[in-house]
Amino acid sequence: MTATAPAVGTSGTDVRLSGISKRYGAFTAVHPLDLAIPGGSFFALLGASGCGKTTTLRMIAGLEAPSTGSIELGGQDVTALPPHKRPVNTVFQSYALFPHLDIYENVAFGLRRRGIKSVKKQVEEMLDLVQLGDFARRKPHQLSGGQQQRVALARALINHPQVLLLDEPLGALDLKLRRQMQLELKRIQTEVGITFVHVTHDQEEAMTMADTVAVMNGGRVEQLGAPADLYETPRTTFVANFLGTSNLITADVLGTSGDDILLRASDTKLTLPATRCTTDARAGGKLLVGIRPEKITLTHADDAGTIPDGRNRIAGRIADSSFIGVSTQYVVDSAVSAGLSVYEQNIERDSRLVPGAEVVLHWNPGHSFGLDAAQSLEAGTDAGEGT
Amino acid sequence: MTTSTAPAPETPATPPAVARAARRRRRVPYWLLLPGILWLLVFFAAPLVYQASTSVQTGSLEEGFKVTWHFATYADALSEYYPQFLRSVAYAATATVLCLVLGYPLAYLIAFKAGRWRNLLMILVIAPFFTSFLIRTLAWKTILSDNGLVVSTLNSLHVLDVTGALGVTEGHRVLATPLAVVCGLTYNFLPFMILPLYTSLERIDPRLHEAAGDLYARPVTTFRKVTFPLSMPGVVAGTLLTFIPAAGDYINAELLGSTDQKMIGNVIQSQFLRVLDYPTAAALSFILMAAILAMVTVYIRKSGTEDLV
Repeated sequence: MTATAPAVGTSGTDVRLSGISKRYGAFTAVHPLDLAIPGGSFFALLGASGCGKTTTLRMIAGLEAPSTGSIELGGQDVTALPPHKRPVNTVFQSYALFPHLDIYENVAFGLRRRGIKSVKKQVEEMLDLVQLGDFARRKPHQLSGGQQQRVALARALINHPQVLLLDEPLGALDLKLRRQMQLELKRIQTEVGITFVHVTHDQEEAMTMADTVAVMNGGRVEQLGAPADLYETPRTTFVANFLGTSNLITADVLGTSGDDILLRASDTKLTLPATRCTTDARAGGKLLVGIRPEKITLTHADDAGTIPDGRNRIAGRIADSSFIGVSTQYVVDSAVSAGLSVYEQNIERDSRLVPGAEVVLHWNPGHSFGLDAAQSLEAGTDAGEGT
Repeated sequence: MTTSTAPAPETPATPPAVARAARRRRRVPYWLLLPGILWLLVFFAAPLVYQASTSVQTGSLEEGFKVTWHFATYADALSEYYPQFLRSVAYAATATVLCLVLGYPLAYLIAFKAGRWRNLLMILVIAPFFTSFLIRTLAWKTILSDNGLVVSTLNSLHVLDVTGALGVTEGHRVLATPLAVVCGLTYNFLPFMILPLYTSLERIDPRLHEAAGDLYARPVTTFRKVTFPLSMPGVVAGTLLTFIPAAGDYINAELLGSTDQKMIGNVIQSQFLRVLDYPTAAALSFILMAAILAMVTVYIRKSGTEDLV
């Protein structure tokens, strides 16, 4: 390859945001934010529209100037550099392909701007990588959405950027194509080893692809971590509701027993391992107990005696059920909380579990999590559903 | 082949009512075109045919004109009035270039930088149309008058010495010089340049500018490689809308020029209305039309924007 292009395959450049913020007049799009994105990682900024994730990405690209703070790429401060001098490339939400240039020239654009004369080999290799070799002389409008998306990716990747920024790159694709492109993107990222920063509102997309996910809400990072950690141990109700679905039960703290916190919701006693609680639990205070619908087991009230000891139990009545194929989703009303959601695998279906049936919900206390009760139970519920 | 082998596959019979409705739907576009076609026939095709026949007539006003297929009128008209033809093309081309140079930055500013002033600026561009073409050109006669502020300022700055040396002005005055006519043409047709330019610039997705910057293009390169090529439809439309009427214009030359600045429009006008030599006037009109058509065709081919227009 050429001398001007940074080496490929090396562990990518790390991105460091220090105290970065963005204000538009009186409106604060991004509150002062510190973020360290390790080199070579696939990092996702996840949040609903208007949460500041795209603004953060645009500040890394240089398309927005931060109001405060600094941006470092691989230890070099790039805060003052205009976009064309930053070693990053962006895959835009609407692709922003040049309509007057054919696919070949679109992909060659970045190389030509850096004065590279012999672009043929690189362009052809890149078009092959995204499986568009036969489309080189077509114009962008002659391609389907998925193909345009791949051109946008090729146009950015051919420059071997130190960091690739992706702004909702799959947003315009239909569900099936999106799933396919998610795997494709992940494969390419592993292959080229470039740091990917991916902005999305689709929690499933973020969890499928990213090594690390930062959940953003109202211009702040709510929580940052590996997808499994975020899912299993959310620290705020927003994260609990935005990533998947959570049942949140308000409970009074009775005290502690060994490593467990003893709780009471309505007349039901619950326990929660202290390690699963991310907030202070004082006797007399309140706590939110969260439990994912798929971690709950449903047993008909007649068989309540077969439930092993040591599990949390809540008595209730099935209000609704819907058959999804791999699972059946139940809505259970109980004295503790109305509308508890339960997903049961369709392995051995109990024919008595129909709406109106009295049931006992039970789960392993280690699968639940404790949250500060001062938060809204509804935070992140509407926004969570990926479109 | 005989018909006995197999009965012909029966085409699914369409109910006659459905077929009739479908036929009626297919005819709708033609009904929609009808008013336009009628208009063209009455006000374009018929006069054109009438003019064509006039151009090959001979005779005089007293004796009456008769079609004698006298094509020599064309050759005579061209050989006698080719200086005015060339002058028309030169003036119109200069005015078009000036319009582009003046109009492009303005259209760019309105499209990308004006923000909330955009509508106001557009109104200002169109505002001159609220006054008559004739009045506006007469106003220029006053502005450029020999003892007016403009000419005296230009004289004191010795600008007219320079333009005089270049042969576009004469004797420390602006009126009755090529400069005055070209200025008038430029002024009068500038909005026709700005409007299509603005429309095509305004349609450009600002994200394309961001993408170009993201792909290492400096602002100047972004303009050269992205903005300008994408505005080509506006450039082509604007230059055509300026050049074509400017080439046939006679008001500016009449009011701001002297006999030395007569354009082909002035010749046609005087042949029709003063000399009353209808065949020559008609022949000149046809030559002008053919010349413009030829130039426009070459221009569109060369600018390679057929699929963009």
